[in-house]
Amino acid sequence: MSPADFASFSNNAVAAASVVYGLAMLSHVAEWAFGRSLPVGEAVPARAADPVAVPAAAGPSYPSAEAGADEAADGGEDLATRSLRVEVFGRVGVALTVVAGALHLAGLVTRGLGADPARVPWGNMYEFAVAGAFGVTAIYLALLRKYSLRWLGVFVTGFSLVVLMLAVLLLYVPAGPLVPALQSYWLVIHVVAAVIATGAFTVGAMASVLYLVKARAERRGEAATGYVARLPKPAALDRIAYRVHAFGFPVWTFAALIAGPIWAEYAWGRYWGWDPKEVWAFITWVVYAAYLHARATAGWRGKGAALIALVGFATLMFNFVGINLFGSGLHSYSGLG
Amino acid sequence: MSTATEPDRTSPPATPPALGPRELSRWAWRQLTSMRTALILLFLLALAAVPGSIIPQENVDSIAVSQWQDSHPGLTPVYEALGLFSVYESAWFSAIYILLLISLVGCVLPRTKVYWSAMRARPPKAPKNLARLPEARTIELAEDADVVLSRAREVLRRRHYRVVSTGSTGEPGSTGAGEVAAERGYLREAGNLVFHVSLLVVLVGFAAGNLMGYTGGVIVVKGQGFSNSLSQYDDFTPGSLFGPDDLQPFSFTIDDFEVDFLTSGEQAGMPTDFSAEVTYTETPGEEPQSRALAVNHPIKLDGGSVFLVGHGYAPLVTVRDGEGSVAYSGPAVFLPQDASFSSFGVIKVPDALPEQLGFEGLFLPTYGFTMEAGPFSRFPDALDPVMSLLPYKGDLGLDSGEPQSVYSLDKDELEVVEKDDGAPARIDIALGQTKELPDGSGSITFDGVERWVKLQISDKPAKGLALGGVVLALVGLLGSLFIRPRRAWVRVRSVDGRTVVELAGLDRSSGGDLGEEIDEIETLIRNESQKEPT
Repeated sequence: MSPADFASFSNNAVAAASVVYGLAMLSHVAEWAFGRSLPVGEAVPARAADPVAVPAAAGPSYPSAEAGADEAADGGEDLATRSLRVEVFGRVGVALTVVAGALHLAGLVTRGLGADPARVPWGNMYEFAVAGAFGVTAIYLALLRKYSLRWLGVFVTGFSLVVLMLAVLLLYVPAGPLVPALQSYWLVIHVVAAVIATGAFTVGAMASVLYLVKARAERRGEAATGYVARLPKPAALDRIAYRVHAFGFPVWTFAALIAGPIWAEYAWGRYWGWDPKEVWAFITWVVYAAYLHARATAGWRGKGAALIALVGFATLMFNFVGINLFGSGLHSYSGLG
Repeated sequence: MSTATEPDRTSPPATPPALGPRELSRWAWRQLTSMRTALILLFLLALAAVPGSIIPQENVDSIAVSQWQDSHPGLTPVYEALGLFSVYESAWFSAIYILLLISLVGCVLPRTKVYWSAMRARPPKAPKNLARLPEARTIELAEDADVVLSRAREVLRRRHYRVVSTGSTGEPGSTGAGEVAAERGYLREAGNLVFHVSLLVVLVGFAAGNLMGYTGGVIVVKGQGFSNSLSQYDDFTPGSLFGPDDLQPFSFTIDDFEVDFLTSGEQAGMPTDFSAEVTYTETPGEEPQSRALAVNHPIKLDGGSVFLVGHGYAPLVTVRDGEGSVAYSGPAVFLPQDASFSSFGVIKVPDALPEQLGFEGLFLPTYGFTMEAGPFSRFPDALDPVMSLLPYKGDLGLDSGEPQSVYSLDKDELEVVEKDDGAPARIDIALGQTKELPDGSGSITFDGVERWVKLQISDKPAKGLALGGVVLALVGLLGSLFIRPRRAWVRVRSVDGRTVVELAGLDRSSGGDLGEEIDEIETLIRNESQKEPT
């Protein structure tokens, strides 16, 4: 295959990934929609006997068929069927996310091969967006089993779908060689670390939002059905958010405060120069540092810390979108205009 | 200023106790070093960094600063008073991070003391009622109590716990009852302290680099040379502790400079490669050496590194004056205005007679023209170079003694050369052409095109200190986030010929899987017990 073939394959793969993300999202929406009518139990998921059943520890829980039968003698059979349907939609959603992630990865790899000469697929804003969205999906899939994250599926697939659509519609530039400033192996190290950290912070922000929603619902004592009722307990959400952030923070430290400065020293002759991108990377770092401190401070735990995490995420997004598109400075690699 | 959930930093009292200066200063110190204050200072630091990314900064882009100041004459004095053109050196920005550092030190010092004694302390004795701990198990085994106890000790030791046992010694003949107290994860707090202290190291390295280093910029036309002395620089920013005499006497010549642009496809015009060939002499008298200089590939010399940061065009022109003699011949540096290298510049001809001449206008590497846009450059490479200049005559103002930019004309004593009909005599001149000025005050010849490179020459000492500091900070951070400080206790006693084992654990940080840990310890104590023949 010639570079041009790879490049057009990449475009097709990214488009296909968007479609499959959309289907995955619909499947998760259906999962929650059908789950609405089910009472919430703290018990094992339906069909727990199935060896690949999603662990119950922190994930959504469905009443077992037996529990359902206890509640409504005549509707018991129906309840079991509906539980099964919810479970099937959930698994289909995860399976489709895996497929979409694979297509997404294929799109990224061929994008790199589609440039002449071949290079890493993150040299302009379109590619940063595609790579960043993949980072989010990858982090989600990597942690899915460990933390039972299926309740995040609808948000992760929705996020990746929206980012890919925006990238294709607004940011697309044809595959081409790198500008000289980016021709360095630090591009691999610096950007990979930034993408991983961004993926972790994005998943962490989703968990923090859901924590806020769930904690609010619990405070108000709202009805025990629907999506919110099926989320893990606030403490579990808070813990997952913390763990993902605690993973992302050192990676961000490495990307923004070690790899970035080393490269800047080679490229621009100074390791730190308060370029707008550097300023905002620093702001993001400071805000997430505040998040970690807040979790250990009376009066800031919980809601306060979650809000700080969201502020951190906002600064991260502003740095990516705002500074790349509207800012000046040395990090102007959007490839647009 | 620390991430662990230690109780050392309790919240400060809401109101100051009414009292003397000693109590007051103590109260103030506690306020300053409280975690809540640290949080607020962190937020202030983030917030204070924002304006510097929006308002042009003197140290980042001084040209942008003067442009901004020209277009905002009303705001400029206010912003200047607030230090908004050099936020990161301003008093208020410094105040925030200095307070933060004091707060950090105020937190780290006492914690180091606490840590020092905690590190040497024995794991605390088992609480009376182990069942009340967050994770507790009770199991019964068939083996002798002292066998189980020594195994428990071994299991915990292998899991990197510090172990202390009381009661049974495990020796034959002992009663068997006893307990093991174990603790692990001491390095978490060490990581936490290292992280915070390393931040100080980074700051010291950063400050030292800024104080003792320098940064300078210079444009060098291909074929020309540079020697490292103050007068050669276009702009030069020394640190407070750096004197011009500290400049090392290296020199170099730009022998060649090549740029490749994409010539086809939608991204045509994008540069794909640029590099210069440089001959340099590190110390006078040394044998000159040759090397390529490119983006991401600086030349490191003793006392400074040379970085390629930009490039542009310098058209070669010859100007003859009204008397027909050559008054100027050579390159004139034009500064690129856009990605297609439409470049703006001036040519000053002070030697022209009877009147001095000046030209101002554009250099277009590949000429294009539309009625709407006027002359423009279609491509960044010099494929069809044209200059579009407006000639001036009169006094260039070079003798007034005031320093003048080489990139602009002082038009106070100059007048535009006009055509016979009184319109300005704009000159569009292609490569190789000669154009006469209509009023007979001279002529200009476009002889050729040369390229120039913009070089940054800088030296920042203590780079290693800053890098070492930040790497150490990362190591400390990893320790403080992922090492789990835990305590575990095992109490063994014999009841009716069976051995009852109570096992309990306590997490000293949040976010751990204490349950799993205790389960594993339980399995190890049990499994090994079952493996052995009884």
